[in-house]
Amino acid sequence: MTYEVVIGLETHAELATITKLFCGCSTKFGVDPNTQVCPVCLGMPGVLPVMNKKAFEYAMKAAVALNCKIDEFTNFDRKSYYYPDLPKNYQISQNYHNLGVDGYMDISVNDAVSRIRIHNVHLEEEAGKLIHPEEVGADYSLVDFNRAGVPLLEIVSYPDMRRVDEVESYMQTLRKILLYTEVSDCKMQEGSLRFEASISLRKKGTDKLGNRVEIKNLNSMKSVLKAIEYEAIRQRDVLDRGETVDRETRLWDEVNEKSARMRSKEESQDYRYFPEPDLLPVLIDEKWLRAIKDTIPELPLVRRQRFIESFALSEYDASLLIDEKILADFFEECVKILNRPKAFCNWITNDLLREVKDRKLDIYHLKIKPKQLAALVEIIEKGTISSTIAKEVFSEMIQTGKDPKTVVEEKKLAQISDEGLIEEIIIKIISSNPDAIEDYKKGKKNALTFLVGQVMKETKGKANPKIVNDLLKEKVGI
Amino acid sequence: MKIDKEEIEYIANLSRIRLTEQERELFVHQLSSILSYIEKLNTLDTENVKPMAYTNKVSNVFREDELEPSISLPDVLINAPATKGCFFKVPKVIE
Ligand SMILES: [Zn+2]
Repeated sequence: MTYEVVIGLETHAELATITKLFCGCSTKFGVDPNTQVCPVCLGMPGVLPVMNKKAFEYAMKAAVALNCKIDEFTNFDRKSYYYPDLPKNYQISQNYHNLGVDGYMDISVNDAVSRIRIHNVHLEEEAGKLIHPEEVGADYSLVDFNRAGVPLLEIVSYPDMRRVDEVESYMQTLRKILLYTEVSDCKMQEGSLRFEASISLRKKGTDKLGNRVEIKNLNSMKSVLKAIEYEAIRQRDVLDRGETVDRETRLWDEVNEKSARMRSKEESQDYRYFPEPDLLPVLIDEKWLRAIKDTIPELPLVRRQRFIESFALSEYDASLLIDEKILADFFEECVKILNRPKAFCNWITNDLLREVKDRKLDIYHLKIKPKQLAALVEIIEKGTISSTIAKEVFSEMIQTGKDPKTVVEEKKLAQISDEGLIEEIIIKIISSNPDAIEDYKKGKKNALTFLVGQVMKETKGKANPKIVNDLLKEKVGI
Repeated sequence: MKIDKEEIEYIANLSRIRLTEQERELFVHQLSSILSYIEKLNTLDTENVKPMAYTNKVSNVFREDELEPSISLPDVLINAPATKGCFFKVPKVIE
């Protein structure tokens, strides 16, 4: 039997505010346990939460960027459940009037664009962190509430994905949109971006969705893809045996690459949502919404298309450039100064990215500036330095932030185009390599390459290669 | 509306409270009569009435994203029934 795999994703992204959603505690990552908490985020009796405006506006911005409808009225609800990482025994979330509904996001797989619908985008608070001691037989867990109350954006897709390559593109595109709009830093290793997948199978050609299984504990994009592949096979085997798939929640085990039941549908939680009486509703008027819309930059897919069309870049090059907003911005700055898109694209996607990787540089704080890279491209074209030497100059520029001309002067790297000087060197090389001259005269073409190489070596790569070539041919007599 | 013992047990479980047999009996009667009383409201026609969750006309109350001091660790842990180092200590949670 052939089945179609039906996949939906729930995404949690931590918003880039400096304080929590309902109190002024810091959201800084990696500090000592329970040092960023107060009566509000500890859920002590009698406290009153007050909404962080920036968090709310970030959520609006994401909802707009994901093409959601934003209702004039939105409010918050209590989601009740007991768990030791939840100090109030309820989570403030949204249920009845989500901030954004019925949106979509376009993704691109093998250059074909498809549209994934977004069910809703809403704002909620993060829970604390549970630590399970490693000592054998420990009968306790530990709780750190520093994360409790950190603002989270939840993005729920419709089950519109069918293959893992679509899921991968969805995750990457969503991450880029959140980075482009600057609402989240999306650091997966710090838990700023997390995914949960829901998967069901249906017979090809039918409309009825099978029972849905939710997978949690997916710590990386790779785990998401592996868990989906595993789950599709597991469900197929169940169906092929003539059984039905249980509606349940499963936990992914990253080490053993398999999943196990966490709870069945019967055990599923009864959250008893009701409107949060401690918070007032939020009304969003046209003016406010427009102001938020105006802060949204050109989004990745649109920018990629513009790069392909305006700068005649390949799909591949354009994709590399838009991958990080900061690089795409750098590229555009360069092109504004000097209209050589292909050259800048090569410098950025090859040399710059390699230097960043090798020297572990922070691309958000690069020392080299667009006008300096433009100046470098300019002096290559003028013939002041060769493209080989330029790589050396670039490496120095990215490490020190110096202008290319300064580097060339300091290191005496300017190209030698003085014919008299080159001629002198050529005469010297010819006289010390009689064998190569013989070979060349016998018709061995690569003997000339060898001689050019010797001249370049003598000049530490600085001789103008064209002049060397021409003069050499003249000297050995053609 | 009649609530049965199973329902009482379910609600008690959701609220993490343990009830005695007598309490269960008592609450079956009490909750049933409360619900019957509330049910009278269902006889009213509310088709064109929007649900109202807020009686206050105020909306859009925000704070700026500005740091305020957190409280000291001893104060954080002072009410906790059990602690270990700088953590709250709770019965083992298995996932
Ligand atoms: Zn706090």
